Amino acid sequence: MTGQTLIHLQDVSKRFVKGKDTITIFDHLGLTIPAGDFVAVMGPSGSGKTTLLNLLGGIDQPTEGAITFDGARVDTLTEGQLARWRAHNVGFIFQFYNLMPTLSAARNVELPLLLTAFGRSERKRRVEAALSLVGLAERANHYPREMSGGQQQRVAIARALISDPKLLLCDEPTGDLDRSTADEILAMLQLLNREMGKTIVMVTHDPEAAKYARRTLHLDKGRFTEREMVA
Amino acid sequence: MRALNEIAVVTTICIKSIPQRFWTSLSTVVAVSLVVTVLLAFLAMAAGFQQTLRGTGAKDMAIMLRAGAQAELNSGIVRNQARLIEEAPGVLKGPDGKPLVSPELYVIVDGIKKSTLPADGDLKKAPRANVTLRGLGPAGIAVRPGLKIVEGRQFNPGTNELLVGRALQKDFVGFNLGDTVKLGNSSWVVVGVFELGGSVFESELWADTPVVQDLFHRQNVFQSIRARLTGPDALGALKDYVANDPQLKLDVTTEAEYYAQQASRTSDLIQKLGWPLAIAMAFGALAGALNTMYSSVAARAQEIATLRCIGFSGTSSFLGTLAESLVLSLAGGVVGALFTWVAFDGLTGSTLSGASFSQIVFTFHLTPAVALQGIVLALVVGFIGGVLPAWRAARIPIVEAYGTP
Repeated sequence: MTGQTLIHLQDVSKRFVKGKDTITIFDHLGLTIPAGDFVAVMGPSGSGKTTLLNLLGGIDQPTEGAITFDGARVDTLTEGQLARWRAHNVGFIFQFYNLMPTLSAARNVELPLLLTAFGRSERKRRVEAALSLVGLAERANHYPREMSGGQQQRVAIARALISDPKLLLCDEPTGDLDRSTADEILAMLQLLNREMGKTIVMVTHDPEAAKYARRTLHLDKGRFTEREMVA
Repeated sequence: MRALNEIAVVTTICIKSIPQRFWTSLSTVVAVSLVVTVLLAFLAMAAGFQQTLRGTGAKDMAIMLRAGAQAELNSGIVRNQARLIEEAPGVLKGPDGKPLVSPELYVIVDGIKKSTLPADGDLKKAPRANVTLRGLGPAGIAVRPGLKIVEGRQFNPGTNELLVGRALQKDFVGFNLGDTVKLGNSSWVVVGVFELGGSVFESELWADTPVVQDLFHRQNVFQSIRARLTGPDALGALKDYVANDPQLKLDVTTEAEYYAQQASRTSDLIQKLGWPLAIAMAFGALAGALNTMYSSVAARAQEIATLRCIGFSGTSSFLGTLAESLVLSLAGGVVGALFTWVAFDGLTGSTLSGASFSQIVFTFHLTPAVALQGIVLALVVGFIGGVLPAWRAARIPIVEAYGTP
């Protein structure tokens, strides 16, 4: 079930200067993602998938064009404003989990809450709830090195969810996992989308993973080549 | 509060991750500790030297030298001047009613330091060091009430007998009780060993004035006059008395002031050697710290990027990285201070006093204030070594930290 437009890219171009060459990643790209959507982005290496995710997450800025989120421009925000915007609106899930190895699962999950006004007890309650949601309540005090890849990714999902963002950005979230663990993670993402209404954009090489999304966008040389609706 | 939480968690992450870069971190700690050790060894030497000289002087003891003479060595006083001082106001009288005035002779003789003795023990090959031989009489003992003869006895007047300071006896060859020593062209017998509150006098040889005058051809000449005062306030009256008598062209000061000046000259020199050497070494340590911290930022690039993705500010990355650098350098500073304390504190050394031209035996003394200077230097190295890498941690674009274009 999708709703109003959450993200809109209008005529977005992204170019890099490398030595004397200018490399164009996107040239006047347009994209609309409604709230509650679950979009898989597929395409060959170098097609711009990760750059798209970076632009959507406000960790990179377009060379030209406009990006709006919930009706407000984000491409014009300063570095500090973007950091605060990300803290409130975006959860990131990475291929290699990117947990802090020196922090326990609970402390990793708590990280985004440290940027909020919640007190210690409220943070603890929310961390316990998030870890329970991903089935890892009993591993709260374990460190990343003591957990399997699938468990680490579930901790990363709990971390992404903890501040209740509208948008989850997933960069190859199952790229480092075996098939059955990958299916568990993807099912969890699907549940978050369908039951909690989270808007999810997932970059993947895996057609099986893409099947969990509502739709799949194919990106090649900076352009969407085909759109396929799933489910 | 949020900002503090943010900074605290990033600092914790940075510091907890130090074991992951154990060897580079250890190299920084070692480099900083070496710098601190070198500095503190010099400063402990200066502090010990200063303590020895400052502990020597009494505020109620006046010392008089020829006008313009900076030290006893280049002073010259005749017997008549000493007699006039005995009549001066403010001079304390002893139980026998005689004024406590001690004209003293000051001669430099040769000695051999135990530390420079050749392995084969051949004294002829050993380098000579200057030692003070002080000629004094019974008044010289009377003006120094803290004197303790810890071995043997006082020298007899008119004989070639020596009293030896405890520090000199420990540091030099051939001054044990009963030893016969050749000083100049004459032989002397050690008949006693004295202590005097760890003062500079413990680095001296004492003998009867007339004998020293005779054997060193200094008839009727002294280098200094010491006079015990009725109190520190009596110095003014003595100064006025000396200033008003044209026969007394003397500089008058307290013994405390005299030795404090001598101490500051030599300890300043030691510090002026120590600081530049330590600072030169600190540049080497700084290079090590920079290298370690840049490696740390490179190794934690993904963590830093992830935190900033989540919404953490660049400021927290900056402060966390800086804290890591400061922790490493602080560890180096503490290790350096501890090492200096274990290796040097209490160690006896001797050096040539710039003013007296003779060896003064002193003890290295690592005071808390001196140790603090070493810790501060370590933190300065850590701060400078951490700022640039911390700036990089704060400013590196997230996509660059992730290694994506």
